[in-house]
Amino acid sequence: MFLRLVKLELFKIFSKWRTYIGFIAIGILVPIIHFAMLAEGQTLIEVSTRVLRNTFDFEGELINGYMVTRIIMQFLFINIPLLITLVGGDMLAGEATSGTYRLVLVRPISRLQLISAKYIAGAIYVILMVIWLYILALGLGILIFGTGDMIVVRYAINIIPASDVLWRYEIAFLYAIMSMLVVYTISFFFSSFVENSIGPIITTMAILIVLNILNLIDIGSFAVIQEFFFTTHMNAWILLFEKEVNYDILLRSTYILLGHVVVLTGATFIYFNKKDISS
Amino acid sequence: MENNTVLKIIDLHKNFKNFKAVDGLNLEVKKGEIFGFLGPNGAGKSTTIRIILSLLKSDSGKIFFFGEELTPNSRALFSRVGALVEKPDFYLYLSAYKNLEYFSELYGRKFSKSKLLEILEIVGLKGREFDKVKAYSLGMKQRLGLAQALIHDPELIILDEPTNGLDPQGMREVRNLLIDLAENHGKTIFLSSHILKEVEGMATSMAIINKGKTIVQGNVSDLLHESQTKIFIETISSADKLNIQDTSFYKISKIQDNRIELYATKKDIPKIIDDLRSKEIDIYSINSVNSLEEYFIKLTGDGHVS
Repeated sequence: MFLRLVKLELFKIFSKWRTYIGFIAIGILVPIIHFAMLAEGQTLIEVSTRVLRNTFDFEGELINGYMVTRIIMQFLFINIPLLITLVGGDMLAGEATSGTYRLVLVRPISRLQLISAKYIAGAIYVILMVIWLYILALGLGILIFGTGDMIVVRYAINIIPASDVLWRYEIAFLYAIMSMLVVYTISFFFSSFVENSIGPIITTMAILIVLNILNLIDIGSFAVIQEFFFTTHMNAWILLFEKEVNYDILLRSTYILLGHVVVLTGATFIYFNKKDISS
Repeated sequence: MENNTVLKIIDLHKNFKNFKAVDGLNLEVKKGEIFGFLGPNGAGKSTTIRIILSLLKSDSGKIFFFGEELTPNSRALFSRVGALVEKPDFYLYLSAYKNLEYFSELYGRKFSKSKLLEILEIVGLKGREFDKVKAYSLGMKQRLGLAQALIHDPELIILDEPTNGLDPQGMREVRNLLIDLAENHGKTIFLSSHILKEVEGMATSMAIINKGKTIVQGNVSDLLHESQTKIFIETISSADKLNIQDTSFYKISKIQDNRIELYATKKDIPKIIDDLRSKEIDIYSINSVNSLEEYFIKLTGDGHVS
């Protein structure tokens, strides 16, 4: 019965137009970035490595599929969560808006079953969205630019051999799934309180925007506060592209993100189970 | 609890902050009945129905379906219940067929296409079953609401205003369908309606509630026969010249031209006829009209029902 519920929830998600907004947005944005890099990438790389060229000799093609994918991930990691809230914020509130709880919850399924199925179906949507990004960004990137050693300029220049890159992306995209699940869980949580999906969508977006802005404030003492923002830990995937990956920090951020998922999902389940359906 | 009790509510309470929406309500619905559930606006009818269907949590009280107490672990009982609560809302982006398929699968099994189409035909949606619900009128949604309540062949059907939004022809069809389900298929129907004539014409039992409490419950004809109702008598000759006085079994309300209005119980109508005939009054016709409405107003103190 539970699998049938998940399947039915997926059917509803993919019957809605708003579900495809995220997929379409990624489907348009990623190729645009690819073609922009194809046209202007070389100039961009020359500008960003101008100072270094005085000291080092750069030989061969610096732009490749791996490098472009990392740039795309950096661009889209801030924006994809906004697309995910469109579905997450609608999961519970949308049902209240349409008045269909009155039909769904008078059937032989428990609220726990319903909300679990909804959560899992939404999580599947999030996973599919990140997989779509993975396929387009990395697949199309490799197809257009090919592969090669990956240069990462952050605090230092890291040159990661081509043979050492792919596993980093695999983990980075798994980490991206978890990060997006946190955003989805937050919008799902807010969605349980109200009867209109606009509220949870805007609230989650506002939280993301505010925390992302606060993350940009680069003042020493502010770093202590930034540690408490989930958005700070969402960015920990960058560590995977250091020459030596700091697994301690990565794992800590992973646990913090997982903690958000567990606590918020639990709170949503408890609240929804006691909630009076008045819509 | 008797074996043929389908639904029983014992001492149900529900408060919204300081407002007592349901205040110690008791009800019993027997198998095969069409049970009318009546009350004025704000009497607690919708709240009661929502608690029965576990959409709202009660503060206290017990609900039994088919003799088994409703608890969070007894959700399986709902496979024997079909319901339509208040206005019929569906997924507007899906067709009627897809909506029905979705809601039917929530019973844990897949219904055949022919079964789904059959029920849509029964409720009068043949030819429009694959249209998206957003193009449906209220009456069509109401019909689809009935279809989703009936699809799994439930023993108890709980309906809140089932003829709302339907045209007169549709109202009659639904009434006939419900009577057929009760009389020929042994279904029990719990019906909340603001159309008293509809309840009077269909229901075999009823309960009237007010301020969250059951005022009266019983067999419709018994209750109406025992209660004083308004009776209109048309006489052949002018009645206002006749000397008619109150008796122990009727009370005159008004006499004008060849029309007499009086209050009496329905069971006393034969005695009234005999009495008038003994006074050599020729009766052209005799009617008791809106008896449930009269009864309802007498019990609740106003005529506003929802």
